[in-house]
Amino acid sequence: MAKAKITFEDIEQTVNVPAGTRVIEVSEKIGAGIIYGCREGDCGTCMMHVEEGWNNLTEPSVLEEKVLKENMAGRHDRLACQAQILGDCKVKPA
Amino acid sequence: MSANVDVSAHRRAVEFADGVFWVGALDPTLRSFDIILTTANGTTYNSYLVKGSDGVAVIDTVKENFSDEFFARLESEVDYGDIKVIVLNHLEPDHSGALPELMRRAPQARLYISQRATSMLKALLHAEDGLKYTTVKTGDTVSLGDRTLEFLHTPFLHWPDTQCTFLREEGVLFSGDVFGCHYCDKRLFNDLVGDFRFSFDYYYAHIMRPFKRHVLDALKLIEPLQLRQIAPTHGPILRERPRRYVTHYRELSTSALSRGIGDDDQSMIVFYMSSYGNTARMAEAISEGAGDVGGVRVSLYDLQGGETEPFVDLIEEADALLFGSPTINGDAVKPVWDLLSSLAVVNLKGKLGAAFGSYGWSGEAVRMIEDRMRGLKMHIPTPGVRVKLIPTEAELEECRAFGRQIAEALVGKSQKKDVIEFADLA
Repeated sequence: MAKAKITFEDIEQTVNVPAGTRVIEVSEKIGAGIIYGCREGDCGTCMMHVEEGWNNLTEPSVLEEKVLKENMAGRHDRLACQAQILGDCKVKPA
Repeated sequence: MSANVDVSAHRRAVEFADGVFWVGALDPTLRSFDIILTTANGTTYNSYLVKGSDGVAVIDTVKENFSDEFFARLESEVDYGDIKVIVLNHLEPDHSGALPELMRRAPQARLYISQRATSMLKALLHAEDGLKYTTVKTGDTVSLGDRTLEFLHTPFLHWPDTQCTFLREEGVLFSGDVFGCHYCDKRLFNDLVGDFRFSFDYYYAHIMRPFKRHVLDALKLIEPLQLRQIAPTHGPILRERPRRYVTHYRELSTSALSRGIGDDDQSMIVFYMSSYGNTARMAEAISEGAGDVGGVRVSLYDLQGGETEPFVDLIEEADALLFGSPTINGDAVKPVWDLLSSLAVVNLKGKLGAAFGSYGWSGEAVRMIEDRMRGLKMHIPTPGVRVKLIPTEAELEECRAFGRQIAEALVGKSQKKDVIEFADLA
């Protein structure tokens, strides 16, 4: 199975994960500082900033785009409960 | 201005600045608001009208079942055809209840709301299409000819959508729920009504306190304004010395406890309950371990010896919170839940959390407390420690190491492997 490395910048920790894993699954287990609310892509609480590897996450859905816009997300901000890891990337809480 | 104001005696608009009117409603018999607040003498739903040379603005509406009173007061002063602007500073139903009917009666009016309010507007009105609105942010203005409404983006006071609207020419701040309180008095103005100081502080404590950081951000926008009156959506209109309420908000938004520890130290609080002294022994060992880490000040509290309210103040100021509970009948014990269910009035987002406890045969309490802390948007850096019945010296050493680990996470000194395998995570 394809693997990818995600680095949580706030705790300076890298995890080797199967490609397709959602960021939420890793960040909660590792104790990274991204905070979750509804966990279903509606509230915008888990907004994270992608420092590196923006293109190595799945494309945001139309619904995620809408929530990002409503929450005035910056460029390269994503919802950690929605984004799946496809390749190496580095993230931190937005 | 008349000293014997009695808005309960009529259903007319009440002018309180040139061309600026109160058109709200009184709800004197309400005794509980939104389940969480008691309202000893009811509340008001304040709505306002601003007349300009080029149209009228309605700012906020009322709870739906008070619509008759609102529309009667509105009709006493303006025709629906003159309404050019409707501003909703906050979309909670007690302020948006009469909005659908107002938009039906004044279809030409344009609605002005914050960007964050759009999803709430759709959920409240259930009309995805055909809603005419403009989203506004700090600095945006709308003209009524000789009058200008200026918007201030003040999110999370107390919903994500909240904003304030300032009428420049008259110095009136339509502040939404900010500076409001549940206090119903037919005399309407702060210099005429009874003593509402308790209601003002109580409202702040329950509605605004969790959002202190956002209150301070909003005050940066509000303090420079040339304020002559504050017109909130609940309670008295603050026309006499409005600035003292702004100052009071700043006081209320600074720490409830003055920090007794150095600003450079991180505060870790270890709360526990213990039935046979086992969880207590764990708490002591964890505190000992955490105390070995420089820059961390540890406090140990037995929940049996304290009351919830001061603990809530303490928790608000802490950087890390640890909860120890034995497992009894598959659950954490009630005093732990009592405290963990009393924290809606403070912001815990991002604080470190951890749990521990002794158990007889299954030990569910620790994971349940961790789940609750995650629900409170706390950050759990490491899974909690559980010990079966009486801790051995080796297990107490494990507790000390656990305390050290949390403390190191708190001061950013955690020991890390280069790369962890996902499959190895607990």
